Amino acid sequence: MSTAVPTTRGSRFTGAAANYIDERTSISGLVKELGRKIFPDHWSFMLGEVALYSFVTILLSGTFLTFFFQPSMATVTYEGSYIPLKGIDMSAAYQSALDISFDIRGGLLFRQIHHWAALLFIAAIGLHMVRIYFTGAFRKPREINWVIGFVLFILALAEGFTGYSLPDDLLSGNGLRIIDGLIKGLPIVGTWISYLLFGGEFPGNDIVARLFSLHILLLPAILVAALGVHLLLMVINKHTQFAGPGRTNENVVGVPILPVFAAKAGGFFFVVFGIIVLIAAFFTINPIWVYGPYDPSPVSAGTQPDWYIGFADGALRLMPPGLEFVWLNHTWSFNIIIPVVVLGLFIVTVAIYPFVEAWITGDKREHHIAERPRNAPTRTAIGAAGVTFYCVLWAAAGSDLISTHFMLTIEGVTHTLQALVFVGPFVAYHLAKRIALGLQKKDREIALHGFESGRIVRLPGGEYVEIHEQLSEYERWRLVSFVDYKPLMLRPDSRGRISFAQRMRAGLSRWFFEDRISPISRTQIEESDHH
Amino acid sequence: MAHDDDGGTNAAAGSAIEKSEPPQASPGTAIVASDAIANPGLPPHRPRVTDLDPKKQKQAARRVSTLFLLSIVGSVFAIVAYIVFPIRPGVPSSIRLNTMFLGIGIALGLVSIGIGAIYWAKNLMSGEEMVESRHLTRGTVETRSRAVEIFQQANEESGFGRRTLIRNSLIGALVATPLPAIVLFRDLAPAANPVTLLEETMWKKGTRLTQDPFGTPIKAADVTLGSVFHVIPEGLDQVSDKLEEKAKSAVLLMRLLPQDLHPQPDRESWAYDGIVAYSKICTHVGCPVALYEQQTHHLLCPCHQSTFDVTNQCAVIFGPAKRPLPQLPITVDSEGYLIAQSGFHEPVGPSFWERS
Repeated sequence: MSTAVPTTRGSRFTGAAANYIDERTSISGLVKELGRKIFPDHWSFMLGEVALYSFVTILLSGTFLTFFFQPSMATVTYEGSYIPLKGIDMSAAYQSALDISFDIRGGLLFRQIHHWAALLFIAAIGLHMVRIYFTGAFRKPREINWVIGFVLFILALAEGFTGYSLPDDLLSGNGLRIIDGLIKGLPIVGTWISYLLFGGEFPGNDIVARLFSLHILLLPAILVAALGVHLLLMVINKHTQFAGPGRTNENVVGVPILPVFAAKAGGFFFVVFGIIVLIAAFFTINPIWVYGPYDPSPVSAGTQPDWYIGFADGALRLMPPGLEFVWLNHTWSFNIIIPVVVLGLFIVTVAIYPFVEAWITGDKREHHIAERPRNAPTRTAIGAAGVTFYCVLWAAAGSDLISTHFMLTIEGVTHTLQALVFVGPFVAYHLAKRIALGLQKKDREIALHGFESGRIVRLPGGEYVEIHEQLSEYERWRLVSFVDYKPLMLRPDSRGRISFAQRMRAGLSRWFFEDRISPISRTQIEESDHH
Repeated sequence: MAHDDDGGTNAAAGSAIEKSEPPQASPGTAIVASDAIANPGLPPHRPRVTDLDPKKQKQAARRVSTLFLLSIVGSVFAIVAYIVFPIRPGVPSSIRLNTMFLGIGIALGLVSIGIGAIYWAKNLMSGEEMVESRHLTRGTVETRSRAVEIFQQANEESGFGRRTLIRNSLIGALVATPLPAIVLFRDLAPAANPVTLLEETMWKKGTRLTQDPFGTPIKAADVTLGSVFHVIPEGLDQVSDKLEEKAKSAVLLMRLLPQDLHPQPDRESWAYDGIVAYSKICTHVGCPVALYEQQTHHLLCPCHQSTFDVTNQCAVIFGPAKRPLPQLPITVDSEGYLIAQSGFHEPVGPSFWERS
């Protein structure tokens, strides 16, 4: 409640309305707590925002689509306005998706908004995760929020796949066929899970309606709940900030929510939404009318899943022949079990990484400074290896298109990618680690001896030297403020024993921190200043 | 490097909660340098041009309101476009125009608000950076001890910890309640056994091979050398579960020179004059193996590139599939139409656990 006397009619009304609401909700407390909360600024903090805003766009456009879409697999004969498919039998779902595209004004626009926003949503989540990883923003106290973010990523994939399958077109039907085959290949439970999921034999009459329930009800409900907790924890933990003069682990430097952050973030929502609409207005995505209704027999060459499923499809493609055996009177499809297990381990590793690193460092302090990737060389290298692994699998999903576009044999492309799955991460790891250490050395050099000014001076003796200029202390701070760890020294515990866990931790710690560049100290700066 | 002899002994987890004092968090193996360089503090604030020049400030304000007005124009344009560019049945270009102009209008309405608001924030709102201090995420000592006290009090008042029979029976009940959900999901699919369903197809002795999708029977004489037919069993159109049957019964028919085929002895009679029929459903994960390379007699699955050699009973020569495509034994009837000698001798399609 304002104590100032309202003067104009407008402000009298605002005051009265605020009073009315506060007397019924006590909302002034919330405004007091959050209104001037400080948010730090950096372009990379925008990635999570893009994900959030594209999700809002998905909710809005998706709701519009549900008004017209019929999640039914009942057979109908198409009599709509798309002439090439007239008179053809198809499911009601596919027909209503065609009607949305061809008979409802703005229907195609909204279908494309929904699809483009979904693609952007998953891409933004992926980049946001990569940003969090490489800056160490998952460290205490944010480990739990990393896991929630990971759950959001999985939910987004699930939303993407369930939504992709709804129009019941040829392409998405073949995608479901692959899922069916994949599930059937799982030991013991596979056949029955497939049978129950599809409500009988593939494709059945139920899958679209079931996926629809998941897509518009269960998954979004969990997603919204997890998103709420994700944002709440971000508010509680306060956002990380990059190292810089005046920025410490004990403060947040930035702009207040009201008005600057709200204006920027709110404005950015409209920008993201607007750009998605613009893309949807000009670029076709998922032209289901080209594919035709689902039929188990035809398929076109060069079929591709949506990009975010690519890594899983690529993993299936890279399996060498012959990995299936009959043993104990049962079929063991290792051409399916191996990709499922490997990808499972990969994503579990992603989920638990913060806890592993925390265990290795033993660091129980809170960390609010986002690290520059170079200042954690081993973490950065592991990340680079992981990203490379993902990208090779992703590229493998397009192995056929790579070979047709570049006139290569499919065998050659596949074998190259099979080798790259192993070699690529290895090379990326060492390359990233050396680059990070090199950059750290460069930072150290510049902090100690200044930068080359480009000014060449001829000394009286005829000798030429380049003048080095010192950094300002603000510029230098960015280069010298980072956390440095040393490898764990293995020591016996109070009973004189060294446990296996301690050995492992020491080994991992050595791997992480053996090669390291220490930040320079005051003494070193003073020494170098005396030169 | 003054304080660097920790060795991780402080790292024992789970002990922090019981302590009443906020513990000095262990840095683990981090090096806490005693002579680290001091943070120089915030650099002096640099005013923006709009802070210094009232003319620029006015200009910026005009730009913001212009952008907001532009947004109104965009939204109105979208409404106009909805009416002016209707979808005319049978005119595909009308859909393109409707989508495009509606999209441009809505996008203009949205983006202009966004850019306007951001421009406003960046140029006219206070540009001074502000500092807020952080606190440890954990509650204060008082809060935490009060929380512990509340739990203890609740425990005492309810007897949750003391009355173990009540507590354990409650836990048992809570574990048991979701169990009915397991049986509830059984009726997601009909009562049949999926394994027997997977082993049957529509093909049986005497079923005619017909062309996909119209069901025209195929005469052996019409299958010329090097041609390929996409085949469905006769009568597929009459069955109620057409797609389910088709997903198992789709077949590829090819004619090769009889000397190019190398069947094993017990399958020599399965082809008819160089005409062979193989299941079209990939033995990997079930995509249709739709691509036939006439020169090499290879069948290629477009999904995961499993390649099958038709001359060698469709054995896998590349890709993730393991098993050959099942062969349908065929012959001709009295009228010269191709028919099945029998059904498939093994389940078609992707592998499954119960298959042996």
